[in-house]
Amino acid sequence: MTIRFDNPDRPNSYIGKTVPRPNAARLVQGRGQYVDDVVLPRLVHVAFVRSPLAHARIAAIDTAEAARVKGVVRVFTGEELAAVCTPWVAVLAHLKGLKSPPQYPLAVGRATWVGEPVVAVVATSRLAAEEGANMVDVDYEPLPAVTDMMTALDAGTPVLHEEMGDNLAFRRLHEQGDVDAAFAAAHTVVEAHFTTARHTGVTPEPRSILVDWNPAEGQMTAWHATQAPHMIQTVLAQHLDIPEGRVRVICGDVGGSYGIKVHVYPDEVATAAIAKILGRPVKFIADRLESFNTDIHARDHEIVARLAVDEEGRILAMDVDDWTAIGSYSVYPRTSAIEGNQVVNLCGGPYDFANYRARTSVVFQNKVPTCQYRAVGHPIAVAVTEGLVDMAAARLGMDPVEIRRRNMYRDNAYPVTSPAMMRFEGLSHHASMNRLMELMDYDGLRAEQAALRAKGIYRGIGIASFIELTNPSPFMYGIGGARISAQDGCTVRMDPDGSIVALSGVTEQGQGTEAMLSQVVAEGVGVSPDRVRVITGDTQVTPYGGGTWASRGAGIGGEAALQSARALRHSILEVAGAMLQADPSGLDIRAGQVVDTASGEARMPLEELGRIVYFRGDTLPKGLPRELVQTRHFITSDYPFAFTNGVQASWLEVDTETGVVKLLKHWCVEDCGRVINPLLVDEQIRGGIVQGLGGALYEEIHYDGEGQLLNGSMADYLVPMAAEMPDMVIGHVETPTMESMLGAKGAGEAGTAGSPAAVMNAINDALRPLGAEVTAMPFTPERILRALRVIGN
Amino acid sequence: MKASAGGYARAADVRHALDLLSASGGMGRILAGGQSLVAAMNMRLSEGDMLIDISRIAALAGVEEQGDRLRIGALTRHAAIGRDPLVRRHAPLLADAVAHIAHSAIRNRGTIGGALAHADPAAEFPACVLALDATMHLESLEGSRDVAADDFFQDVFETAIAEGEILTAVSMPRALPGERQVIREVARRSGDYALAGICLVRRGDTHRVSAFSVGPRPMLAPGAMAALDAGDIDAAVEALQGEIDPASDTQASADYRGHLAGVLLRRAVAGLQGEAE
Repeated sequence: MTIRFDNPDRPNSYIGKTVPRPNAARLVQGRGQYVDDVVLPRLVHVAFVRSPLAHARIAAIDTAEAARVKGVVRVFTGEELAAVCTPWVAVLAHLKGLKSPPQYPLAVGRATWVGEPVVAVVATSRLAAEEGANMVDVDYEPLPAVTDMMTALDAGTPVLHEEMGDNLAFRRLHEQGDVDAAFAAAHTVVEAHFTTARHTGVTPEPRSILVDWNPAEGQMTAWHATQAPHMIQTVLAQHLDIPEGRVRVICGDVGGSYGIKVHVYPDEVATAAIAKILGRPVKFIADRLESFNTDIHARDHEIVARLAVDEEGRILAMDVDDWTAIGSYSVYPRTSAIEGNQVVNLCGGPYDFANYRARTSVVFQNKVPTCQYRAVGHPIAVAVTEGLVDMAAARLGMDPVEIRRRNMYRDNAYPVTSPAMMRFEGLSHHASMNRLMELMDYDGLRAEQAALRAKGIYRGIGIASFIELTNPSPFMYGIGGARISAQDGCTVRMDPDGSIVALSGVTEQGQGTEAMLSQVVAEGVGVSPDRVRVITGDTQVTPYGGGTWASRGAGIGGEAALQSARALRHSILEVAGAMLQADPSGLDIRAGQVVDTASGEARMPLEELGRIVYFRGDTLPKGLPRELVQTRHFITSDYPFAFTNGVQASWLEVDTETGVVKLLKHWCVEDCGRVINPLLVDEQIRGGIVQGLGGALYEEIHYDGEGQLLNGSMADYLVPMAAEMPDMVIGHVETPTMESMLGAKGAGEAGTAGSPAAVMNAINDALRPLGAEVTAMPFTPERILRALRVIGN
Repeated sequence: MKASAGGYARAADVRHALDLLSASGGMGRILAGGQSLVAAMNMRLSEGDMLIDISRIAALAGVEEQGDRLRIGALTRHAAIGRDPLVRRHAPLLADAVAHIAHSAIRNRGTIGGALAHADPAAEFPACVLALDATMHLESLEGSRDVAADDFFQDVFETAIAEGEILTAVSMPRALPGERQVIREVARRSGDYALAGICLVRRGDTHRVSAFSVGPRPMLAPGAMAALDAGDIDAAVEALQGEIDPASDTQASADYRGHLAGVLLRRAVAGLQGEAE
């Protein structure tokens, strides 16, 4: 049985339509419940003393004064928590050679970045805990800090972790074809040095956790703002020596994640360890400064890359040398080598070429650890690839759209394997480009650009094609030994009143997962979405699953929901057939009614069926299966990842006197397969674009040479804000994945993947007549004026 | 972080506030709109202050004409200044500046007296009152005194306000017929502190120029003013760049700020002629 997605007038046609979000009214009325809203009897708060130095030996800790502060319950050092919590090592078997030292919930012996938790102070209020933390006296002996990426491996640079031997955490070289020969024979070679700035995903709700330990039940309950409740369940169980089944993680409303909340943070594990020691609930809510010096950072890369093309603009070879500095530890359990690895996997992604070499070098630094943040590695790979393609086009005097059309995989070329060995099931680069050209009136914009340039107004058009990795299989983490589920499940049941409850292992972070699930289940069963209640984020309640990351919620969680809803529909019709003495195959469920499929005639409302099944089961045939509950799990198996594709365009103006970039308009055409909820997908794309624009123009974590964080506040760390954002036009091409009935791929990261490259290319398009080029993000007014040589270097 | 105040008292009138200030043993801090002070307290950059809340003293708010001068009470909110018809007519520079100050929520709470007393070198109002040749009105238990804007701003967050004094109002000459007042700034994002900014007032044949975010305090630029009086814009830009003292930070270097000040002065001069920005 399939669903006729091509027929918008089919019964129960909720998939593909914009339906209201079930949680929207609750959230806008202030009725959401975030971790900080949870208050339990005997609750205490923890505040952390954090290292003020990037690298220091902890010679002595005096907690006596702190313990005397009014309200302080207890003070913990690293050694004390290490006694109840085993350390973790963030490596994965399939990332060969990746190394990282054991990490503890609080620093033991040595602090390795400004912000690393050193001492925990527990008190009856956060204020008292902070007052206590102020009174802790830590004797730090400064050690030399490693803060420069490109000299991290030099002989003269101190080794951050002596037992690791050197500062190299991971290195991977991938080579396909004969790269050197292709470059030697090329008509044209372009080369550039790209920089993407260290930045972070600023979540409206900071990291938050509340942990209670009930010794009577031997059960730990953690209310946690997380993307992966089951993963956290495993981690807390493993490191605090609790049976996994005795750890419950509850993830209520979450105020944005963007990848920040899918990692294991030492202060959060410390909070759990303290709860277990004290036998009472302990809350930790990061404040904004703590967010900046402890939330994972990302995107700290320097890349030198070359592209070889023939005289027709066809790509012959690409050679990429990527460096990234990850901080002092690889982050548990996903590791900090994935981002560099993604750069290797994704460069050159849209293009059909043969010779490819890419190397990533991942080095330790005395800075906040980096890890996976929205569109992991993509913005870097897309900027490198699309930047070089534009440079090659300019060198050849070719239109940037034309050079892409000459190189993108043909839309009928699939399945195909890229030179990075990525397997593509079905992409639509050309159809997407054609749609973009229509939406933006490319030729008209080029004419406008030329007319304005004659008046001294410098506007630019930037194009960026991209691929995006979604719906990951165990090839992402599982094969490396991490207990991170690539499979996800959904249980759907019908209650006596005919209403439907769906329990899903994917989570709601504010992006609309529950709306997506409600409409998938509604169509799968045959009721309206408002008859479906969706429950997510409770490891004791929902089927086991991976949660929300790598754009998997709709493609994996949505398919599990559809399969379980279809199974429930089948069960209901079995029962209905017995009641109505009709062949179930001739019955359907539409808008909450059992109907005759052929005529559409209503036969029985679901609430009547529910009444009989639950209260008058005696009237049904003995032995009739009457389980109005079904569970299905889904995992992708044909491809390691479901790649999506798309193309973005930016139209902007550069003020060549001030260097200020004004974004005028932005387009994105993307192909995430089946679009389940057009509004939610468009808003995901828009939000993603905005986050990418932040990286392109604003966001940059600054450290000085001693490893001091220089801009740890929202006044100094600039996130993109509404006033500067352009109008965004979103278009779609739909190439459903054949791996699932639903056909959905991910949509959450495509915007972020492509927008920085589009902006970079647009700026360079604007500046090209002036002989200037920028490749170091963010493109601040000052960097643009330096490129223009208006101010000196 | 959680703020740690030493105490709080709400003043009923100016005399009461002065008494509280006098009794605070040097720990007194005037709380008006709280848009800078409370943020600093929440970062624990300021701890143990005895907060003296003057925000309910109605007599300190409002705009009035006094002869040929315009007087603005210290508690007048940014948003009120932005829509006040007297300000629009007699000191349009201040009204225009409001659009550049932060965002609505902050403009609804922040006060002009607070902004002037805080003396952030990147803030708009201090530079505006300098360009407008304004006078600051201070009160203490000993009496009142007036300080010219030229003498008021001393260093980063430092003013001529003495221990035990409260800034109660600012006044300035009313704009003459034909007078032009222009503010130009560049910020990374709408509402951010400016990377550099220029206030330019042309009264008759004379010019006053002040620059902000390019030194430890709002900077008057007498050399640039004289060059503009002489009609030499290039010389004015050159003089300005010698008169300012920009610093480098994570947003921009001193070189960039110096360049930008020159660009903004040219744009401000263009604005005098009523040309588009």
